[in-house]
Amino acid sequence: MSASLEKGINALKKEVDSTVGAFFSSCVNCGMCADACLFYTESPCPSRTPINKTEPLRRIWKQEYTLLGRIGKMLGLAKPIDHDFLNQWEKLVYDSCSLCGRCSMVCPVGIDITLMIRKTREGLAASGHAPEGLIGATKRAVTIGSPMGIKLPALMAQISHVEKDTGLKIPMDEEGAEYMLLLSSMEIMNFPEFIEAIAKIFKKAGVSWTISSEAFEATNSGIQIGVADIAAELIQRIVDAAEKLKVKTVISPECGHAYMAIRWDGPNLAGKAFNFKVRHILEILDEFRQDGRLKISGKETQKLTYHDPCQISRRGGVIEQPRNLINLFADDFVEMPEAGKMNWCCGAGGGVSSNERADELRLKVFQRKKDQLDEIKPDAIISACSNCRIHLEDGLEEYNMEIPLMSLTETLAEHLEE
Amino acid sequence: MSEIEFLNWVRGPAFEIAMTIFIAGIIIRFLEIFLLGRKTNLAEAKGSEMTGGLHTIVSRSIPDSNTFKRSTFKIVSGYIFHLGLLITIFFFAPHILLFKDIFGFGWPSLPTPVVDAFAVVSIITLIAVLIHRLQDRVLKFLSSTEDYLVWLLTILPLITGYIAFHRIGMTAPSLLAIHILSVELLLIAFPFSKLMHAFTLVLARWYNGAISGYRGVQS
Repeated sequence: MSASLEKGINALKKEVDSTVGAFFSSCVNCGMCADACLFYTESPCPSRTPINKTEPLRRIWKQEYTLLGRIGKMLGLAKPIDHDFLNQWEKLVYDSCSLCGRCSMVCPVGIDITLMIRKTREGLAASGHAPEGLIGATKRAVTIGSPMGIKLPALMAQISHVEKDTGLKIPMDEEGAEYMLLLSSMEIMNFPEFIEAIAKIFKKAGVSWTISSEAFEATNSGIQIGVADIAAELIQRIVDAAEKLKVKTVISPECGHAYMAIRWDGPNLAGKAFNFKVRHILEILDEFRQDGRLKISGKETQKLTYHDPCQISRRGGVIEQPRNLINLFADDFVEMPEAGKMNWCCGAGGGVSSNERADELRLKVFQRKKDQLDEIKPDAIISACSNCRIHLEDGLEEYNMEIPLMSLTETLAEHLEE
Repeated sequence: MSEIEFLNWVRGPAFEIAMTIFIAGIIIRFLEIFLLGRKTNLAEAKGSEMTGGLHTIVSRSIPDSNTFKRSTFKIVSGYIFHLGLLITIFFFAPHILLFKDIFGFGWPSLPTPVVDAFAVVSIITLIAVLIHRLQDRVLKFLSSTEDYLVWLLTILPLITGYIAFHRIGMTAPSLLAIHILSVELLLIAFPFSKLMHAFTLVLARWYNGAISGYRGVQS
């Protein structure tokens, strides 16, 4: 990834389209987006106002794509877009934004601010202003195949453990399987129980599935850092594997941005519509429920709540499914205030958790989630994103709260009828 | 130039120039936006762009209750002065006569004292909005010269209109000429400033709703 100012400016130019034009033309600097952003409400610094984070993209749009801006530029009145300026924006765009999308939901003129921050990252990454942590993760994703540096032997070791524990075979590279499962590195390393849960549920449901040894990683650092070429390359690996194995559906695991990457950005990055479907694991499980393939027994009596991962709920459209599934086993399910599409982010999405420099801030803004939890005092939290899960655990520890975290898929597997 | 000659110039050639810039400017601004183009979404749709877009155009006018609690002043003051502007511009009898001249048709007006009251409320609210902008940490940080200029251009026609109607200070033709001139300034600046949001917000809301609607979420 060789970076230069010129590349950064070109990357920003490439991001300008009619949505950007309409959005910037409509902003009246009302500041309501600040009240919707946990990085502002929990750490009130005016520069963290979401719309301010898009300033590099706005300058490019104004100077290059508006009549008045072009005249201004000719007269030498344009504000500079140089390394100093972009450097000032690096922390705003990467450390103080989890791309959670809440600002886009409240903007009175309808600006999708999150989309524009995501676009701004393209310019910052290309000009060499991305955080070290994300650059490292992206390099590992490209060269090793996983942002955490996990190679196939590590996955195979986990799989052999799972096979030994369950007596079930984990199907690798099976051509013609209906479903191809992707995994996040976090699941492989920290939550192999997820693979175990899938094996049990899919066996009971009587469907064929497989994992590709060539493309098992679901996460996409290219999306987080904002380098479209790399994001496309990582997507293409999955497309090639899915086509090779002739699967009907690719399953995105319990990971937020992976779903955004493969389901919504994927075909646009690859430049063609997929000839297979992409579904989040919760969508698949809910389909099983509807088809009567999920036989559940026993109820959880403790008070449960669900943390909506932003990219799955607000930005991804999977909101009903987790509730349908939780109702299968929960006796006492309570929603957090503003749950669903207006839920507050945990604070670690959008690459924030891969960026060590942002550690202090992400724990500070966790106060927002703490406030939400304090209102309902649940016995346990269910989520469907291993990144949210790890950070929630971190945050709860930081604030001395003892609430266990549960994976929805894993909890469901525990309640399968014998 | 006599007072009457000045009024005639303001009403005649100056108004035509301002209207031409206003209309041409709006066309240019929309062309600027549409010519940028937008790629077709290749991901399999989960919902409709059209339904989501149209819904958001309407629904974004009504904040959810928590957002209302967090941004109460901005929302309430915003509503009041926009409503006041709408009523004073489009429901004041002399304005409707002007629109009838331009479009060939008119509509019923509101009683003058009602319009007068709305004008006063709008002026007071806009002053409150300015004070808020100068005091609020976020707004102070975000605001550029343009924000203040746009504020001035918005409040001037209200104030000059109020003065002209109540004939305070000068003779009627001069007051009317000043009022019309302030409107012309607003018209000229409109397409090239934030005032343009009055038109582009429909498009922005549509895009926002369409992007979400495509993914099966109502934004």
